[in-house]
Amino acid sequence: MAKIKGTIVVDKEQCKGCEVCTTACQFKCIGMSKEVNGKGYRYAISVNDDCTGCTNCAIVCPDGVISVYRAKIDSQ
Amino acid sequence: MMENIISPENLVYTKTKLMTDKALSYCPGCGHGVVHRMIMETVDEMGIQDKTIGIAPVGCSVLAYDFMNVDMQQAAHGRAPALGTAIKRLMPGKYVFTYQGDGDLAAIGTAETIHCCNRGEDMVMIFINNAIYGMTGGQMAPTTLEGMPSSTSPYGRDVARMGYPLRITEMVAPLAGVYNCSRHSVHTPAAVRKLKRAIRKGFEAQADKKGLTFIEVVSNCNSGWKKTPNDANKWMEENLFPYYPIGDIKIDGKMVA
Repeated sequence: MAKIKGTIVVDKEQCKGCEVCTTACQFKCIGMSKEVNGKGYRYAISVNDDCTGCTNCAIVCPDGVISVYRAKIDSQ
Repeated sequence: MMENIISPENLVYTKTKLMTDKALSYCPGCGHGVVHRMIMETVDEMGIQDKTIGIAPVGCSVLAYDFMNVDMQQAAHGRAPALGTAIKRLMPGKYVFTYQGDGDLAAIGTAETIHCCNRGEDMVMIFINNAIYGMTGGQMAPTTLEGMPSSTSPYGRDVARMGYPLRITEMVAPLAGVYNCSRHSVHTPAAVRKLKRAIRKGFEAQADKKGLTFIEVVSNCNSGWKKTPNDANKWMEENLFPYYPIGDIKIDGKMVA
């Protein structure tokens, strides 16, 4: 059965750690990093494999730092 | 396994190329960035980058010309509609939008706003309402809610002395020159998608010379409200939305009942 899988790539130096994406994600895939970036903010990271690539997080991101990838994966 | 997905053919969403690479000067969680991006995505999808002229206001978004990769002009405080009118009349083939906050559009620029709407200039006016003067340090704006504390009304807005919050969108909607008039927000993905559709509709109405499109975006000011971005969005839903209800007010020249 084919499954839709997604993943996100965060531009961690541009992320300001506002956490708006964490509430926008209905699968709770996004958490905040333990380390801080060059600006001193904790940045968004993907925390599990439940992402479906729905793009909700990227759409609400005020700084547009999230890129979303989506692919159909055939699982045997 | 996830690394296999990351390749250009699987890319479904990224920041549009019409936004410059410059880091936004806004606070974390501010709605300005989303509205900027939605305007640029609309311009990108319509393929009108070389025909679009934006007017930047005075306020936090004064630097909008640094972030949007289209021709932009900065107006004197509150005078963006007047400047937009001039640009549109001199170059009728261009797409013009103004981008203003509540201190710019609803306070110092009220006269320009109302007369521009009344003349029905073919342009899009974007109005960001966060119920406070964000850039100067959270002073009371005409749109500040009753009882809402701000740095110049620390005990809350007293309507007996300071008047009532101004619903300028409802005020301009009945004017004959206004073709579309709606109120949106950018705190949830669904709301952002609705805003983008409204902007698209506005640019199309402008091309057809139907009249002015007025779009209010109720946004947050987490620094001014002294809240975290998610708490500010929640507070906005609970307090701002009852007074500034989200939805269409006028569509295609007809008031929505």
